[in-house]
Amino acid sequence: MAEAIAFYFISACILGFAVLVISTRDTVHSVLFLVLDFLFVAALYVLLGAQFLAAIQILVYAGGIVVLYLFVVMLVNLKRPPEAHSDPHRKTNWGFALSIAVLVELAAVAAYSYARPAPALAAAAQAPVPLSGNTEQVGWLLYTSYLIPFEIASMLLLVAMIGAIVLAKREL
Amino acid sequence: MVDSFVIPLLKIVIVLNATLVAVTYMVLLERKVIAWAQSRLGPMRVGPYGILQPVADAVKLMIKEDITPVRADRWVFTAAPIISMVPALIVYAVIPFGPKITLFGRQVSLYITDINVGLLYIVSVASVGVYGIILAGYASNSKFPLLASLRASAQLISYEVAVTLTLVSVILMSGTLSMVGIVDAQYNQGVWYIFAQPIAFVLVLIGGLAETNRAPFDLPEAEQELTGGFHTEYSGMRFALFFLAEYANMIVVSSVVTTLFLGGWLPPFPNTAPLHFLYAIPSWVWFFLKSFCFLYLFIWIRATLPRYRYDQLMALGWKFLIPLAIANLVVTGIVKVLL
Amino acid sequence: MLLSAALFIIGVIGVMVRRNIIIIFMSIELILNAVNINLIAFSYQLQNAIGQVFAIFVIAVAAAEAAVGLGIILAFYRNKETINIDEMNLMRW
Repeated sequence: MAEAIAFYFISACILGFAVLVISTRDTVHSVLFLVLDFLFVAALYVLLGAQFLAAIQILVYAGGIVVLYLFVVMLVNLKRPPEAHSDPHRKTNWGFALSIAVLVELAAVAAYSYARPAPALAAAAQAPVPLSGNTEQVGWLLYTSYLIPFEIASMLLLVAMIGAIVLAKREL
Repeated sequence: MVDSFVIPLLKIVIVLNATLVAVTYMVLLERKVIAWAQSRLGPMRVGPYGILQPVADAVKLMIKEDITPVRADRWVFTAAPIISMVPALIVYAVIPFGPKITLFGRQVSLYITDINVGLLYIVSVASVGVYGIILAGYASNSKFPLLASLRASAQLISYEVAVTLTLVSVILMSGTLSMVGIVDAQYNQGVWYIFAQPIAFVLVLIGGLAETNRAPFDLPEAEQELTGGFHTEYSGMRFALFFLAEYANMIVVSSVVTTLFLGGWLPPFPNTAPLHFLYAIPSWVWFFLKSFCFLYLFIWIRATLPRYRYDQLMALGWKFLIPLAIANLVVTGIVKVLL
Repeated sequence: MLLSAALFIIGVIGVMVRRNIIIIFMSIELILNAVNINLIAFSYQLQNAIGQVFAIFVIAVAAAEAAVGLGIILAFYRNKETINIDEMNLMRW
């Protein structure tokens, strides 16, 4: 019962802040709402039993990526807000309508699958994880079954790091 | 009911109050120690030997006029000191002051909680603390604080990387992320990690100095640089909050270093029989003794070393500490596998 | 799951409606977070840690993409002094 209340409260906050992120005029406020959003998402992860991921979310997302966004926002010093004039080429209303249509469709799919419960997905028979604790489980999987994606992800991060440095340098 | 609700609440209240009192007295301690290092006496007028100086400071700061710059962003301006203070305080939830002891006929563990990602929690909360500084500089709506805050936050996130990498090698040695687990591992392995991982200890110490904006890395907030750094426009209670946050951060770093490297509440060489008489001293006394040593070390360093220039600072973080941390990690991994 | 769908939609609306490119990037982060929530929810439902592993990869990819994207924005801003996405038409004829 308490879990359900917590879940609904956290979900309401997440959605509320997300709406605020995309609708605030001031960019800095937007970024701050994004941070709050990520913190609530981390709380949701803890509720769902993924503590390691919650900590990683705060560390990487809220503490790293959004700081980066904040830096860029401050470096790109806005003289006039870009929403000041509306572009005739841009069909904003179509965008809204399409999004609402997709949402309605997704809701319909969800309702349909609730009415007819999907066949229980055979829980993939992994080798029984000998260690308990969330972090050990994740680590175990990362280093044994998913080693190659792990290495590829690290290569990707390396490439992204080099790319970001090259892009942001003033003179090569 | 009592066990799961009242006792943690009581612990939280005690820890918070103790922290706030400790932080205010840190101010006095720092002034005294730096004064003695400079052959003078420090605050002596208020109370015997200046003991009541923090009270005078607190009263002064509270009755000071609270100025908000005209075109500053009101919400962000008010929120920034809070954002700076909260991470410094909530880290205390996972720091273990001692093991389970029996108090009033009840088993009470001397830490508020023990989550199984304790160390990761501490690092993530530290990375959220950066926001307070960035927002303080931005919200002041004037050039100098903005530049100073950008510098400060760049410094913080750089040293965060070095510290996190170093902490991974500690995790390798202890095999668990929970703080109590790390202390237990030091007990089981019979040795404080400062002897097993001296390089990591030095790295975390230097990183901790840089993370809390302490000398010799206090360029962002020194009075001679950029007219006072990111808290130039703050006055009264908000300024006090920033300073308290900095001292609270210092105490947090001391406590974390104590737990990770000096065995938390364990006496030296915890598992050897001849030294068992050291257990007569209660565990939390050991903890506070060791933390106090580190606090003193921080103040001592501030009184002694000159300040790093900004580019020297960043070069130190990126070009020296991070490679050293990675090398330490690799060596630890290899040794762990071979042994 | 509905939560993640709703978050996803909000992100998509943000991407399509706003003109400030930084907000567009942040909406993309919202979308990625929605996906992550979905993954974690399924991982919790099926008691299998694979979802969390995948979510870690998603976070890593999001970090890489944010870094490079912001680098591009900075480079663009230095040349054209604007962050209005309608005026970024270097690739149009």
